[in-house]
Amino acid sequence: MSSVQIRDVRKSFGGFEVLHGVTIPIEDGEFVVLVGPSGCGKSTLLRMLAGLENITAGTISIGERVVNNVQPKERDIAMVFQNYALYPHMTVADNMGFSLKLRGARPEDIKKGVARAAEILALTPLLDRYPRQLSGGQRQRVAMGRAIVRDPQVFLFDEPLSNLDAKLRVAMRTEIKELHQRLKTTTVYVTHDQIEAMTMADKIVVMHDGIVEQMGSPLDLYDKPDNQFVAGFIGSPAMNFLNGHLKSNGSVYVETENGAKLPILTAPAASNGRPVVYGVRPEHLELADDGIEAEVVVVEPTGSETQIVARIGTQDIIAVFRDRHEVVPGAKIHLRPRASAAHLFDKDTGRRL
Amino acid sequence: MSTIQTSLPRGVAISEPSAWVRLKTNRNVIALWFMLPAAAFLILFLAYPLGLGVWMSFTDEKIGRSGVFVGVENYEWLWDDSIFWLSVFNTLLYTIVASAIKFAIGLYLALLLNRHMPFKAMIRAIVLIPFIVPTVLSAIAFWWIYDSQFSIISWSLIKLGLITQNINFLGDTSWARASVIIANIWRGVPFVAITLLAGLQTVSPSLYEAATLDGATSWQRFRFITYPLLTPIIAVVMTFSVLFTFTDFQLIWALTRGGPVNATHLMATLSYQRGIISGRLGEGAAIATAMIPFLAAAIAISWFGMQRRKWQQGSDQ
Repeated sequence: MSSVQIRDVRKSFGGFEVLHGVTIPIEDGEFVVLVGPSGCGKSTLLRMLAGLENITAGTISIGERVVNNVQPKERDIAMVFQNYALYPHMTVADNMGFSLKLRGARPEDIKKGVARAAEILALTPLLDRYPRQLSGGQRQRVAMGRAIVRDPQVFLFDEPLSNLDAKLRVAMRTEIKELHQRLKTTTVYVTHDQIEAMTMADKIVVMHDGIVEQMGSPLDLYDKPDNQFVAGFIGSPAMNFLNGHLKSNGSVYVETENGAKLPILTAPAASNGRPVVYGVRPEHLELADDGIEAEVVVVEPTGSETQIVARIGTQDIIAVFRDRHEVVPGAKIHLRPRASAAHLFDKDTGRRL
Repeated sequence: MSTIQTSLPRGVAISEPSAWVRLKTNRNVIALWFMLPAAAFLILFLAYPLGLGVWMSFTDEKIGRSGVFVGVENYEWLWDDSIFWLSVFNTLLYTIVASAIKFAIGLYLALLLNRHMPFKAMIRAIVLIPFIVPTVLSAIAFWWIYDSQFSIISWSLIKLGLITQNINFLGDTSWARASVIIANIWRGVPFVAITLLAGLQTVSPSLYEAATLDGATSWQRFRFITYPLLTPIIAVVMTFSVLFTFTDFQLIWALTRGGPVNATHLMATLSYQRGIISGRLGEGAAIATAMIPFLAAAIAISWFGMQRRKWQQGSDQ
């Protein structure tokens, strides 16, 4: 186990820069999730950490050692691939013991190491099978087993759950988190799924277009997004954004183009008339008599809660209620945002105000 | 209580479909009709000539005169024929040496072509050239390369000062054997290389990445990942390569016609010489038929080799 320091790392393919100076400190034993939309550079960064891609500029160190020019096998890391990358011609036991075999370990030590990892992951009855004979979840566990056997400094996961069905994904999520709590190995986990990030991470790093938008604990990111991108990316259903102008003559509020008044607690000084984006999460809207008028478009009950898509002018807004309100499509409702939970962003820069 | 009627009342006849109608709608019968053209083609052009050849080897048929059944007389005759045994030796030597080298060079080329390099597509196309040139045409080119007077190889070596007189490539027994084998290798390598390349491209790059992280050197990646995953394709491509080489005729006939002193006579060329040129069809057919056990053995080896790989079969225990 050891810490990982990523300092001002850049990556170019040909003349095209995909990572523009990324700095991420990772503490010993921390579970860090890199999350972002496709093409944001998160997988590239992970592969650079593994040594599968060169580092164009900046440094990556594992523990005390700068690993820029260290061969992958010397870095003492283990990676779980999206497609598991199990060796199809080897049994589960051979797959898991391969790295020990290459290291020249004695057969009885290999057996012991494989048995220990198999026990942790409940793979013992499957050790003689070939990957073809396993289900998706079992293959996933073998891939993790292969990583555990090596007892590495750092675990790397590259979208490991995206090939599984929804139910299995939730189960494996819990399993990986439990595994981390048990082994306490520093882990870097890449995903595009913000729910995975929220549920598993000690620290989330939100990436977008080759830069780090924000990093912090899951609830920090949820409660205080630094900018409009993070606000829209974290949370499901996503935060609603309404364009408007800040009014601070006497009472403070945001006025939308069609005249609706959106409540806020405080306004930045000297900002009367400033164009802003008003953000409010679906669960922070409530039905009221004096809210913004909206027309119900779709009602989606999920049992535990009800999701309502409503239209304000030309814009759709999503609200989630735990109570079961009797609303039908076409009905007029009034939605009131909770002022204490509202977010304000600069119209041009998207920065939090 | 009510009873449920389980059989039809007597006297009411349900019209059974006639035998013809049942035949017409039977899926197997329809399938048979669809198979018929292909089957007819195979029987006419493969099974019939093969059967005729085998039958002929048991007769004393000559060109222009139909033969009578003579049992295994042709084979008894061949058993005591030293030239026949020489041709068997030549064929085995030719096949084993050429196939082994074709495999080695083909695999090496395939591994090379599987890397990222500039002009990859063009180089792959160039590799295929020996394969698409008509055999006789390349044989004539080799004939010139091996010419006793005008050989470019002899000329170059003399100019380099390595030898003092021309090498008699096709006139000396050992040189002739080596020469035809090299010509065959030149022709056969592209088939092996391109087929193995296709096989290499089915191996997921992430397996190599996983192996790299597991600490494998490039030799270990080849030994433990590439080679085992490639064995099914190696088995198929080498079976074909062995069959083609064993039955080779064109190249030998254009280069040496079996000479000098039968040193490059293969079973196929000897069969042609005895059967067609000398007109003793029965004997020629017997030589050709004698190739069948060798070919069957080659197929059997690769078949059983392929059956051993449990990991390929998707059975769920």
